[in-house]
Amino acid sequence: MRLKALSIPVAVAAVAVGVAGCVRNEPEEGTTTIAVTSTADGCEVAPNTVTSGTLRFEVRNEGDDVTEFYLLAEDKLRIIGEVENIAPGTSRTLTFLAQPGSYFTVCKPGMVGPGVGEAPFTVTGDAVAVDSSDEEAFAAAVASYTAYTKTQVAELVTKVTEFADAYKAGDDERARALYPITRIHYERIEPTAEQFGDLDPKIDYRKPSADAEGLAWTGFHRIEADLWLDAARTADEHKRVTEALTPEQRAALADQLVADVQALYDQVHSDDFVLTIGDITNGAIGLLDEIAAPDGKLPGEEDAYSHTDLYDFYANVEGAEVAYLTVRDIAAGKDGGAALVAKLDAEFAAMKQLLGTYGSYESGFVAYDQVSQQERNELAAQLNALSEPLSQLTAQVLRVS
Amino acid sequence: MSGADGTVTRISRRGLIGLIGGTAAGVGLGAAGALAVEAAGDPSSAVPTDEQTVYSFHGDHQAGIVTPVQRHLYFATFDLTARTGRDALQSLLMDWTAAAEQLVQGRAVGKTGAVGGSPLAPPDDTGEALDLGPNGLTITFGLGPALFEPGRLGLEDRRPARLTPLPSFAFELLDPAISDGDLCIQACANDPQVAVHAIRNLTRIAFGRARIRWTQLGYGRTSSTSRSQTTPRNLLGFKDGTRNILAEETDELDRHVWSDGEGQAWFAGGTYLVTRKIQMLIESWDRARLEEQEAIIGRTKGEGAPLSGGSEYTPPDFAMHSTAGGHAIPDDSHIRLAHPDFNNGQRILRRGYNYVEGNNNLGQISAGLFFISFQRSPQQFIDIQNSLAKDRLNEYIRHIGSSLFAVPRGVRPGEYIAQDLFT
Repeated sequence: MRLKALSIPVAVAAVAVGVAGCVRNEPEEGTTTIAVTSTADGCEVAPNTVTSGTLRFEVRNEGDDVTEFYLLAEDKLRIIGEVENIAPGTSRTLTFLAQPGSYFTVCKPGMVGPGVGEAPFTVTGDAVAVDSSDEEAFAAAVASYTAYTKTQVAELVTKVTEFADAYKAGDDERARALYPITRIHYERIEPTAEQFGDLDPKIDYRKPSADAEGLAWTGFHRIEADLWLDAARTADEHKRVTEALTPEQRAALADQLVADVQALYDQVHSDDFVLTIGDITNGAIGLLDEIAAPDGKLPGEEDAYSHTDLYDFYANVEGAEVAYLTVRDIAAGKDGGAALVAKLDAEFAAMKQLLGTYGSYESGFVAYDQVSQQERNELAAQLNALSEPLSQLTAQVLRVS
Repeated sequence: MSGADGTVTRISRRGLIGLIGGTAAGVGLGAAGALAVEAAGDPSSAVPTDEQTVYSFHGDHQAGIVTPVQRHLYFATFDLTARTGRDALQSLLMDWTAAAEQLVQGRAVGKTGAVGGSPLAPPDDTGEALDLGPNGLTITFGLGPALFEPGRLGLEDRRPARLTPLPSFAFELLDPAISDGDLCIQACANDPQVAVHAIRNLTRIAFGRARIRWTQLGYGRTSSTSRSQTTPRNLLGFKDGTRNILAEETDELDRHVWSDGEGQAWFAGGTYLVTRKIQMLIESWDRARLEEQEAIIGRTKGEGAPLSGGSEYTPPDFAMHSTAGGHAIPDDSHIRLAHPDFNNGQRILRRGYNYVEGNNNLGQISAGLFFISFQRSPQQFIDIQNSLAKDRLNEYIRHIGSSLFAVPRGVRPGEYIAQDLFT
């Protein structure tokens, strides 16, 4: 089931996720108050089933670390609302207009990692009418997507550190297992990372791009070539990848990747990091273009040695879907929008279903060199089916109606 | 002759090149019946080849069959995507019809065209044909046998009985990747970019419902516009004129090309389309002696006259003997084996194009003929092709791609292609 309506996130008395017009600073009649208790290893939420309308989460930090509280959409990727920087022993509140649907709550003591006490949260009842201007709705969408980007990069920092540690320690088996999983968080937000011109080349360039720009070849794909050395030797007809890297070279590459990803984290968490509604919608189509590009996932060039392209493929689709869902109700509310979102809902579902026949993050995806040309053609056809309507999203969201 | 719009067009052209067939042509092939030349520049001129030529999309039969052959071809086949059912096929044919009606008029597709839409949205039309004019574009749609397979789309009871895959033939070396398909579109135009634009936009419209299976670019109009012009040559270097069926031969068209529908309303007035991608072994051919080349074809290379004598337009005398014994036009020559006299009078309408696709990885030229024929029954093609099993030309050619489609009847304004399938 997909959320039928976007809940406009509104954070008050905390770092705002949303700044939408339905901010309510004080509890008012009809507001349901929910108590949240964040501890070192728990995130107690009571009640966890409420009826639609204005909700007020009162988040109390009973742990020893500064904590955060997140209300996530059913996909666990989109952030409906968040409260950050809750000091030990203090409380902060999150108020927002909740539409019926399935959500998740999670606390993040220490403000890093996947969080603790993730639990379902259900809103029942009827849809609540939202009368917000474009300006308000755009601000809420941008706030939600910005929070999503920050979360993904934070998760990337954690995962890259584990990956780099395993690689440095010579635990190649573990490093190979972590490689595709780590990249998920990068691939979901790749167009955002590419905004910072010097970071993507260091983190995600393939050898030809690095050579063409006269850069030292670093990042994920340099490490990939070392971890799948036989494949790299075979694939590189110019025999430039021949020697296994020394422990010192490994350490330098690993440390560099961690530092570059940390730099990305700092960029997206700085006050200067500003996204627009167009960044979100154009980023969505940009993510799909990354898949179809001649050096992308569809031709199997992205991860030419590890053949883990389907992880990246799925993550690009997820990232595009999050961007889409962030603005879905804005698009639906304008002339011609109902047909477009119905089409996009169906095509995203079909794309994920087709990819799902090749595996999952948890169970692993089929190595892409085992995917036949006929199967690749089917993936390409579905990608076209999704990309064509998605290319209409920006105009639909920004339509004056 | 008189076109449907009353303009008099004297359209004289050589018959269509084909590896099958080979009598001297030079009989007129004109725009006839419903296939009006709506905007031929000079009504008394030969085949209108200027960029303003428009052929109507509407008529009893689809355009692009008896329409005077344009200079360029882009042929595309499509497979339905796995999710595409009967309703999605119907909507696709509706959308394709609407776009085709715009395209043949030289207009951009969609509501807002190439530049008239929102600056924030991709344009409806891809724009590369903006300034090119209609260029005589025709768009011809066909349906493959696989669409009618039982249990697939629920169309099995709408299948014309003869719409079954072609049998295998001698010397063929077919590649499945460039054979068959659920649907086909033949786009012909006097400018290659106009034909490419048509297929590109129709492909885009199909995303999610159908995907490209294979495509073929063709060039080299295989007939001349009047007898006063030099007959074009195929890549063998011969004026391989054929005894084609001509537009004004309405009785012959009814007998050999247009189907009575085989009980299917959507197919009444339709026809069968066969394509064969015929690779020529160019380097080997070029090393054959001139007399051998002429004996293989059955014509002289320079003049194009049959080996029984005369000039290019002299009918061949298959009974004549040569001084060296045997027939002047040898028994295993191409024009003899392909001729109606040796095929129970069977004729087909040919519309082929040359193709060159660079070189293969052995440095050999990848070139040949993209053969297209239209006939009332696939059996006509099958019989002639079987007759050609003895053709000496087989030493120098290989059939590498093959397809068969049922071309639905033409549509009137307000109708869409193959709509009777869905009623």
